[in-house]
This record gives sequence, structure tokens and C-alpha cells, in this order.
Amino acid sequence: MKMKAIHNLLQSVKPHFEEGGSLSRFWVVFDSLETFAFTPGHVTHSGAHIRDGIDLKRTMFLVIVAMIPCLLFGMWNIGHQYHLSLGASSDLIANVMVGAWKVIPLVVVSYGVGLGIEFLFAGMRGHSINEGYLVSGMLIPLIMPVDVPLWMVALAVAFAVVVAKEVFGGTGMNILNVALTARAFLFFAYPKQLSGEIWIHDVATSKSGGMLVDGYTGATALGHLAGTVGTAASEASAATMSMFAEGGMFSLSNCFLGLIPGSVGETSALACLIGAAILIWTGIGSWRIITSFLAGGLVMGFLFNLIGANAYMTISPIHQVVMGGFMFGMVFMATDPVSAAQTNKGKLWYGFFGGLFSIMIRVFNPAYPEGVMMAILFMNVMAPLIDHYVIEGNIKRREKRLTLAAA
Amino acid sequence: MSNTLRIKKGVDIRLTGEPSLECGDAPQPKVVAIQPTDFPGLTPKLAVKEGAQVQAGDALFYDKTFTSVMFASPVSGTVKEVVRGAKRRILAVTVESDGAGTAKDFGPWGGGDRDALVAHMAAGGAFATMRQRPFDVLANPADTPRAIYVSGFDSAPLAADTGVVVEGRMDDLQFGIDALGVLAGEGGVHVGTRSGDNTLGALKGCTLTGFAGPHPAGNVGVQIHHTAPINKGEVLWTMGLQDVINLGSFLRTGQYNAARVVALGGSEMHDPRHVRTMAGAKLSDLGVSANEGARVISGSVLTGTNAGTEGYLGTFATQVVALPEGHDPKFLLTEGWLSPGLNKFSMSRAYPTWLMPKKKQYTLDTNQNGEDRAFVVSGQYEAVFPFDIFPVHLIKSIMVNDIDAMEKLGIYEVAPEDFALCEFVCTSKIPVQSIVRDGLDALKVELG
Repeated sequence: MKMKAIHNLLQSVKPHFEEGGSLSRFWVVFDSLETFAFTPGHVTHSGAHIRDGIDLKRTMFLVIVAMIPCLLFGMWNIGHQYHLSLGASSDLIANVMVGAWKVIPLVVVSYGVGLGIEFLFAGMRGHSINEGYLVSGMLIPLIMPVDVPLWMVALAVAFAVVVAKEVFGGTGMNILNVALTARAFLFFAYPKQLSGEIWIHDVATSKSGGMLVDGYTGATALGHLAGTVGTAASEASAATMSMFAEGGMFSLSNCFLGLIPGSVGETSALACLIGAAILIWTGIGSWRIITSFLAGGLVMGFLFNLIGANAYMTISPIHQVVMGGFMFGMVFMATDPVSAAQTNKGKLWYGFFGGLFSIMIRVFNPAYPEGVMMAILFMNVMAPLIDHYVIEGNIKRREKRLTLAAA
Repeated sequence: MSNTLRIKKGVDIRLTGEPSLECGDAPQPKVVAIQPTDFPGLTPKLAVKEGAQVQAGDALFYDKTFTSVMFASPVSGTVKEVVRGAKRRILAVTVESDGAGTAKDFGPWGGGDRDALVAHMAAGGAFATMRQRPFDVLANPADTPRAIYVSGFDSAPLAADTGVVVEGRMDDLQFGIDALGVLAGEGGVHVGTRSGDNTLGALKGCTLTGFAGPHPAGNVGVQIHHTAPINKGEVLWTMGLQDVINLGSFLRTGQYNAARVVALGGSEMHDPRHVRTMAGAKLSDLGVSANEGARVISGSVLTGTNAGTEGYLGTFATQVVALPEGHDPKFLLTEGWLSPGLNKFSMSRAYPTWLMPKKKQYTLDTNQNGEDRAFVVSGQYEAVFPFDIFPVHLIKSIMVNDIDAMEKLGIYEVAPEDFALCEFVCTSKIPVQSIVRDGLDALKVELG
């Protein structure tokens, strides 16, 4: 039996890692490998004698499964955009090859740096590795521009894991979403590098070589909008708006399917919705947050339609929510149970305002074309306050009952 | 006509080895043990020495605070041993039965005022099973509770059947309910019944309320919460259905009665069925036989104690369950976290078993199914916790020992058993019940 052999192998080397063994400082590494391969034979010793089959490893694994459509589509789309920008024809294999060439290093750097830091902190604190980074480590590559330098990713990961998570006590204790903190770090630390021509692979080189197809600037849909139509109507804005019309580069169907430039995993609303279906189906992601977030975005988009002060506001709500990182943030970032609101009622408010602010920030502030990142980080900070008011309501009810009983 | 309340939150965990409804008399136990550890908050003072001769109903120990409340021997015989643990804490007093079954005669209750009834019950050992909310501890005989609650059914997995429990003992039950009516304040006596089951429908002198829905609908705490929740400063009393029957029997005959109908169940239990025995009986004496290496639990799989076949039936236990131990590590692909998990029961939908019919029975072992983690997932406890209380926030307030927050968040309304399902479903395997017990104890000390 193969599993028996693995088990015996692990058990045979275990003494070296235990207290007093020559490799005891690497106990954390051994422990995480052992518990990865075998759910330990711990039996219940207090309280309920039987326990639910779920553990954190299964939970995190299912989130990663939900991200797979975004990851695969993202890889393909990187190649697709690259070939489009060159005006070259391509096939599935060629597209995926270009994408894999760009994405795999991102994933490796993200996991390498992030898990390395986790091991370091777990070793220092003497606890076992928590599974939280398995998800963060996959999220981070998916929200990076394709041509982001790898050293920046490493720096962002280190910053996010240490400052957003470990200083607060590790998995389960963080206030901000770890992956979004990595993105925000890059956004504020390297604004110049993170805007402009890194959304399509090699677009800068192609441009200087004069190989770029007309109309390709390498900017995302939101980048175009923020650059031109945020202000009063002009010729430039009319040109941009035409890209969003039927048949344009950022048409509704292109945005929905994700055939547009953008961060690695965020472009396809369809892939995100498949992920949402998996998360809701398995009960791992909160349907309250996902649906209220969507509602918030649609309501804001609709309100902007009513106001219609500039061309940006006239984009239909449906179009708004399938552009940029809205869907990806809604499905994978806002639902992070640690940084989201924790009460059921709170989740509805948290999601609604998250969606509302995402669209509002994107339209009002051209400096932040990607509103969803700022909106979710803001709501992460607000989540305890929302919960506080929900719980206050519960406490008030109890106090009222007491005064009624006393009267 | 009783009204019916529907409990929506919770879950029925269907385990294999359901006890059949047949009920026989277990052989007379040779040894019984009364365990002070069954009564949270009790500080026992011995009333007998090792080697003393006792009759059924003679006090073995009493409470240091409420000195009138006696804890009686269920059999006649010789006090065999006072089992002590760390710091000489008394863990159990065992009595070797002489088989004669002679009982001390306290005289039938001929009526009288409330104080006389309390004194009569306390002296005869029939008050020992009265518990109070808040804190879920032994009731203070000097209090007058707003109301007394009795849950007329047990919704835990593999629980004893109410019909079997009360068979032939309805008169005793009615007598017990009448006595509780004397003890209760203006709120009276409340009995919660399984909606659609009319076994207890003929009871008089109490308010009958039907409860529909999954476990923990049968928990008395849930029934209180959904009828008239406890407010700060109030005291309620609760008593188990079988204890009320025994109280009635005691008052009618004047002889202490510790009879128990016990459901024997679980996948490792031989011949799962009901048996008639007494509280404190040695499990091997009452005919419990389980597979080699199984865990034998006195009480339910969610709240009971790991007794082993050489252990004793707890005072409040109405079931004995034998489960397989889960010592074997589970390889990730075959049985672990990456496995298809067709035999795993989960309240989450992370394993495909949630698509199976609800009636499907599972054989669960005692493996923790994961490692201890910090709180990560939210919304899990709420789905199985039918109280208007925020369970995770209450638990966190207990963890940081914030007395004020505990009070505000409703700790007076709960007992550890109400959190048993939260502990069961927890992804992070947090020991919720013991945390709640610690919180209740801390609060009790704080309030003096």
C-alpha cells in the first residue's frame, strides 16, 4: 500500500524533528508536510465526541478550486491579448503557452515568498502553519498586471504577509484582506510602474518597435475611462465611449467573457461567476456578501445613469459590474471571512456598501481607476463597526426585554 | 390545546446503531457510583465513610453551599470507595450493592407548604437533580424560580424514546409535575413536547408547548429561549423528564428512586436497545457490550463523558453510546481533506454527502477531523444555534474574560450543551463547550 509506505517514511524521520532531534528547528516544516498528507489521528478529548468532517484545509482547497476557472482563462487571455495587440493570429495552445510563461513565475514567487515568511513566523511562535496563505498566495498572482516585475511581487507579498497579517497574530486575526493589501502596496509604492503599459504582455516593446495594432495602448477598460471621460464631454471621451459600444474593444460581451486586458485573473466575469457558483454551492463563500455586493454595484451604476453628469455615468449598470476587478473582488476578496463582517445581517450591509463604493470610487476619482480594491479595503476596516451596530441591536433587544419584565 | 413552535436552526446527525424500541430490565448493578463531577459548581462534603452500610436514599455526600441538599445512594449496600483526583477532589463515591434493595423510608408526601416540600425533597435526595439557569448548576433551594421547565423529549442523536421512558410511569410523572407546580413561581411549570407526539398530551398542571425541528429542539435551554427567555436577575429551574418521574415516585412512596431508562446505541454497540436500570450503575453491569477498542460514552455523543465499559452511568445520562475511536491518521487522498468523502458527514457542503437523502445514517468515529485553528470561518455556528444570541462573539468575550460583554451578549440564557452543535460543526475545532462552562463559572464567581 502506497499510503502506508508514505506514513512509515514520515514516522521514521519524525524523531529527528521532535524536541531534541537534530532537525528540531524544522519541526514546523515537518509538521505541515505530515498534516498535509495525513489528517492526524487526534481524537476528541473534551466536549463533542464526534466532529464535522470539514477542516480548514478542505475549506481553503475549495476556494482554490473556485479560482481555477479564473486562472486558466487568465492564462489563455494573456496570450490572446498579446497576439491581438500584434495583430497576429494564434491558437489555444499558443495563447496558453504565453500565459503560462507569465503566470507560473508569478505563482511561484507568491507562494515561495509568502510561505517562506509564514514558516519563519510559525517557527518563531512555535505554532503549526495555518492554511490561510494557500488562498492568498493564489489570489495575489491573479490580481497582478501581467508584466509586473517579479521583485515587486516579492516585495508586495512580504509586505502584505508581515504587515497585514503576522503583526496582527496570523491567520484569522488580520483586519485587511492580505491579497488586496499586496495590491494596494504596489499601487501606492510604485504608482508609475503599476499604471500604463503592463496590462498586456510586452506591449511597451511592441509599441517602440512599431508592431502595435492601431488603437492598442495597453490600458485597461477602466484606465481608458479614467483617462478621458471622467471630465466633461470631449472628442476624446466620445472616442473612448465608442470602444464600449457594441462591437467595440470593451463591448458588453467582451467584458463579460473577459476578452479584454486587465489583471491576470480578473478580466472574465463569466469565470468569476463560475467561481461564485462553486463557493455558494459548497457554502464556503457567503452568498449574502456576493449577492449584496452585486446589488450595491448595480444600484450605484443605476444611480449614475439617472444623474448622467458625464459620459462615464451613462455606462449601463450591467456593463459597470462586468468591467475591471468588480466581479473578482466580489467573489474572492469581499468574501474573505476573516476580514469581512461576521454577522449575517452585517454581511448584507458590508457587501452592499462594498459594491456601491466600488463603482462610486471608480467613477468619481480618476486617480483610482480600480475602485474595487479601495472599496473592499475600506469595508474591511468598517466591518467591525457594522458588526458592532448589529450586535448593539441584539443587546438593545435584550435590555428592552429586561425592562419589560421588570415593569 | 398546546401551541407549537418550529425550531429552524440545528441539525439531526443520524448515526448508525439506532436503539430499538424494545426495553428490558437490566440486571441489578453490583456496583454503583455517584459522581460529584456530574454536577457543575458542586463542592461535595462526604456524609459517609468507606465501609459504611447504607440504604437506598441514605446521603453519600451533600453540597458545601446548600447543605440541606443530599446526594443519595441509589442502592443498599456498603460504601466501597471514595475515589479522589488531584488535590483530593472527590471524583466518585462507589457503593457495592447487597442486592436486598432496602430503602430508607421518608414517608409519602402528604401535602404542605413550599418550604416543607423543598426540605422533604432535599433530605431524600430528590432535589439533587434540580438545576437552575443561569449558570446551569445545582439549584439553590432557597430561591423561588420564576418557572420550572422540563423538556419532554431528547433530540440528541440516538436518544432515548419518550414513549419508552414514560411507559407505565405516567402517574409518577403527573405527581412530579404537580409537585413542581408547588415549587414554581408565577410562571408555572412548562413541559416541551415533540410536536405531533401526544405521549405527554394528557399532563395537567403545566403548560405544554410543542417543538418541531432538528436538534437542539429538545434542549431545555432552547425551549426556554423560545417561550420566555431568561433576563438578568431572574432564576429558572430545570429538571430532566426522568428525574421528574423519579420525584413523583419518591413523593408517592417515600422511597428514593433513581430509575433510568437508558438508550444503548452507536455503531459499535452490540444489540442497540433500551434498558431499565438506575443512575450511577456500572456500565458493564447493565449489559453494555461494545466492540473491542470502542469509545463508550455515558450521555450523548455531543455532551457525554468518555466512561468506558468499566465506567458508570452519569447522573443525568439517559443514553450510552459506543463509537469507533479515530486514532488512525487519514491519508489525504483516500480519507483526508482531498478525498471524495462519501462517508463524511458535514454541515458545510464541502463534501458531496449533503446531496444524499436526509435519512442516510453515518458511522462517525471520534477523530477530530482536522487540527486546532484560530477562528476563520464565520456564519457556521449561527446555522445550528437557535438562539437570538451571537455565539462567536459570546465565545470571544468569554475567551478574553470580559464579564460585561458576556452579560450583554446573553450568557445567562445558555448552557454548554446548547453550544454542542457549534462545537461539532466548527472548522477550527474550537473547544466551545468547555469555554462556555469556564465563562459561566467565571461569571458565577464574579457575582458571588
